[in-house]
Formats: sequence, structure tokens, C-alpha cells
Amino acid sequence: MNWSDALIQLQYDLGAPQELSWLVEGVTYFIGAFILANAALILALLLIWITRKVISRIQDRIGPNRIGPYGLFQTVADALKLLSKEDITPASADKISYLLAPVLSVVGVLMALAVIPFGPALIGADLNVAVLYLVALGSLGIMAALMAGWGSNNKYALLAGFRVVAQLLSYEIPMVLAMLAPVLLVGSMSMQRISEAQSLYLGPINLGIGWFIFLLPGAFLIYLIAALAEAEQTPFDLLEAESELIAGFHIEYSGMKFAMFFLAQFLNSFFLGAIAVVLFLGGWQGPFAAQIPLLGPIYFLAKTFLVYIVIQWIKGTFPRVRIDQMMQFAWKVLVPLALALITAQMIIMKLPLPIWINYALLLAANIAVVVAVLNILGSYFEREQVRSKRAFAPRSLIGTMQPVQSSSGD
Amino acid sequence: MPELPFPLPTVQQVIFSMIAVLTVLGALVVVLAPNLFHSALGLVAAFFGAAGVYIIAEAEFIGVSQVLIYVGAISTLITFAIMLTRGMMFGATSPRNRQWGTAAIITSLTFLVLVGIVSSVPWPAVGEPISQGHEIIAGLGRAFVNEYVVPFLLLAMLLLVALAGAIVLARDYK
Repeated sequence: MNWSDALIQLQYDLGAPQELSWLVEGVTYFIGAFILANAALILALLLIWITRKVISRIQDRIGPNRIGPYGLFQTVADALKLLSKEDITPASADKISYLLAPVLSVVGVLMALAVIPFGPALIGADLNVAVLYLVALGSLGIMAALMAGWGSNNKYALLAGFRVVAQLLSYEIPMVLAMLAPVLLVGSMSMQRISEAQSLYLGPINLGIGWFIFLLPGAFLIYLIAALAEAEQTPFDLLEAESELIAGFHIEYSGMKFAMFFLAQFLNSFFLGAIAVVLFLGGWQGPFAAQIPLLGPIYFLAKTFLVYIVIQWIKGTFPRVRIDQMMQFAWKVLVPLALALITAQMIIMKLPLPIWINYALLLAANIAVVVAVLNILGSYFEREQVRSKRAFAPRSLIGTMQPVQSSSGD
Repeated sequence: MPELPFPLPTVQQVIFSMIAVLTVLGALVVVLAPNLFHSALGLVAAFFGAAGVYIIAEAEFIGVSQVLIYVGAISTLITFAIMLTRGMMFGATSPRNRQWGTAAIITSLTFLVLVGIVSSVPWPAVGEPISQGHEIIAGLGRAFVNEYVVPFLLLAMLLLVALAGAIVLARDYK
């Protein structure tokens, strides 16, 4: 039984008249949306706390530990500080796009909640185009970045807006191709069907560990890298390069409006992790999830938080890449790799073989394609390296850290 | 409940009216806004409205594709083009040029033709139930690679030619 059916039944039991069924349904979905949206906003407090704790440990610090148990309420204090800050709107800003952009960025992220399956019967709307819907939501983030960059009437914000849009658009392609792999395997774009397909039956018992990561590790790797770029996380977090690039399109925002962008970024990385869990890590599947329904959401949240912690681990250890390296990586490495993977998968799935041999071939092909493509591209980039080094070498050594040599040949 | 003098609108009708207002307002902003960037934003709103109409008509696939392609790709492209080609950070540009009269006549004629067609066709009040679930998308995919494979490939070819042509045009000849 779905959660909405249960809630509708409850309202009828409490005495709601049958002829007002549209109102009952409206109230039900309003309650669902209200709980989800607010839970997500409270979740953001926890996510920021996790980030700070994980990164502190990596940097050999303790992290927030003063307010509340283990410093849990530090983020609440920070949010209060942001709320009480002066809310500045630049005099020459374009008011409409300047004020609308932070809202739009949060809305685009929160809408992803509607199709995330937390459990066998816990999903907002089991759309049959859910995967495509999630991809389409990314365009809201792109519009928000453009509006913020242009609306601020600041050339650095505008340039950063262009940069972010180029980044988001470029990494959307390998991400969509990687998301295509599980969709092809299941033959459906519904998140609930994809979760259900990742079961593993041992006799009558569902072990729930037939995760697609065991079949498609290459696609998972591409998805994870592209998701890091989509969520503007390290190593693709140009938005946080304050001293080098004057941060990003949110340079003119202060107080709570800046906090909205911040919130959208944290929630986005969490939701992209949740999508990775649904597509590749079995969703709510796990041992005995079918017998005990409560285990489904627990498994799902545990996996999602694990992916989130891995993202923060990457954040604490990787250096930041330059925009040209980032674009080259998307177009010259990830896109060819994803295309080769999808082609191999399509050929293998059409082979008339028993399903277990097919799956084994799929895994072998995934590993083989990743190794082969990375080898070919690697040897290409080894030859390429010299040229690009020359292209980026400064014309003059003035202002660089290198000692000035005798400039007879220049 | 007390008797109302008019039939109560259904939820779909209310939502449709809201989406229609959004679409029309967006379209009006496109043609009337003195600022080209605001026109582009109005276009985005109109695209969203159209996607909403598709979703009300239970064509989720087309609705989502509409957002993905028109909002995600085409509007971004238009915005980039506007930002890169015009010094429009300062001051307003006129939404009209010399051809506005001709354009007004042509669009109102098109509108009249459309109204005539829409009001003369006997639309069924209750449509055929659409096959639910993922069958509808699977059917669409199958139609693309079986029945309509030639038009599909031709369209793909056209896009490829456009892409290659854009790269050739933009290439830096030394």
C-alpha cells in the first residue's frame, strides 16, 4: 500500500465526505510535499555539519564542537547569523532576475525530491519518465546561474555565470549517458522499477544486493564524476575559488540570499548521491527489506549518507582543477568513454545468450572498455601535454615565481 | 453544500487556467519587454507553461522533454547569444522595429486561423484512455527504430550537419 493511499484512507476514516475526494487528495499531496520540502531544509543543517566534521578530521582538526552535542547546532547559529545580516541589493542590479535567481536554484533542487523512492511504498510520484525529469531539473539550475550572473550587473559575476553554465552543460552529457546504462538494463525510466530490478533472489529470499554497480562499474564511475561537477563539488568547485576567481555568480549576494545558493549546492550534492543510490546502489534494496518494510528507508538513507561522506572525502583530498582542464576532461575523456560503454552494453544486451552470461559479459565489457579507452586517451594526452604546456606558458616571466633567466633568445 | 449558480470548476480546469495565464503573460513579456534579457526570461516562462499543458494532458514524456530541450538547451543558447552579441547591460532597447505592423497582421491572421480550426474540430469530450505506465515510452522508442526509422535518422543527420557546420563556421583559420 502506498503512503498516499494510506493517508487518503485515514482521512475517510476520520469522516471526510466522499464527494470531496479532490480536496482529500489535494490535502494528502500537500502534506507529503510539505513534509518532504521541510525535511530537506532541516537535512541541510545536518549535511553542513557532516561536511565540516569530515573535512576537519581530514585536516587533523576536531571541527565544530561547542554548540549542542558534538557541535550539531553550530549550523543553526550560522543560519541565524546569516538571517540577521544586512540584505544588500546592488543599486544597478536587475531586480527581477537578481531576486528570483536564489529562489529558482533552490526550487530546482527541491523538485528532485518528488521522484526519489525512499522505500517500497514511499515515493512522491512514481513518474514513468522520472530519470528524464531529473535531467530536465538541471536546466532550472542553469537558468538560475545565468539570472544571478546577469542580474548582479557585475562583470565578474557574469563571467562566472558563463563558466558555471558551460560546466553544467558539458557534464550533463556524460551524466545522462551514464544514467542511460541502468535505464537500458531495466527498460524503464521509473525510479521505483529501477529499484525493484536490483533484487537478487536466492531461492525465495530476496537478498537485495543485485546492485547495478556490480554490473556497470564504469557507468557508476562516470556518473559519480559528472555528479561532482553538476553539484559544483571539489575538484570542480570553481564557485568557491574566492581568491583566484572572485568566487562565482553569487559574488553580489549577501545574507540569506547567499545562503539559498549555499543550501541549493549542499542539497544538490545529497540528491545526486541519492540518485546514484537508486540507479547503481540498489535504492532501498537490502537484506530483508522485503520482510521488514521499515528497513527500506533506513537502507536508502544509510547508502545516501555514505555516498555523501565519500563526496566530502573527495572534497577534503583533491585539488581544484582549472576550467579548461575541466572542459577537456568532460569532452575528451568522459564523453567518449560513456559512448563506448553504452555501445558495448547495447551490443551485449542484444546477444542471444543466457542472462547470467550476459551479465558476466556486461561486467567484463565495462572494465575492458574503461581500461582500453583510458589507455588510448592517456597515450594521446601524453603526446598532447607538451603542446598545452607551451600554450599556457606565460609570455613574460614578470609576475611569476620563476627566476628571470638571461633573455637573449626571446 | 449550497447550490452554486455555475458548475464548480474541476481541479484540472483551475490548474490549466493558472498555467494558461503564466504562458500568456510570459509570451506578452517576450514581445513587450523593453529589455531583451527579460524577453528571454519571458520565453522560459512560456516554455514552462507549455510543458505544464502537456503534463495536464498526461503526456509527461513530451512535457519533460519540452523542459529539457527548450528551457535547458534552447533558452540557454538564446540567452548566451543575447549576452555575447549586445551591449545590453545598460539602458533599454525598443521592442519594436519597422516590421512590427506587418508582424502584428500576420500573427493575428494566424491566430484567427488557429481559433477557427480549434473551434470547428469536434473534439471528443472524453478521450481514449492512454496506455499507462512505461508502455507508452517503450512504444514511442519502438516506433522510432522500426516504423519511423528513416525520418528519425534524417533528423539526426540534420542535427549532425548543423553541428559540423557550426564548428566549420566558428573555426579559426590561420
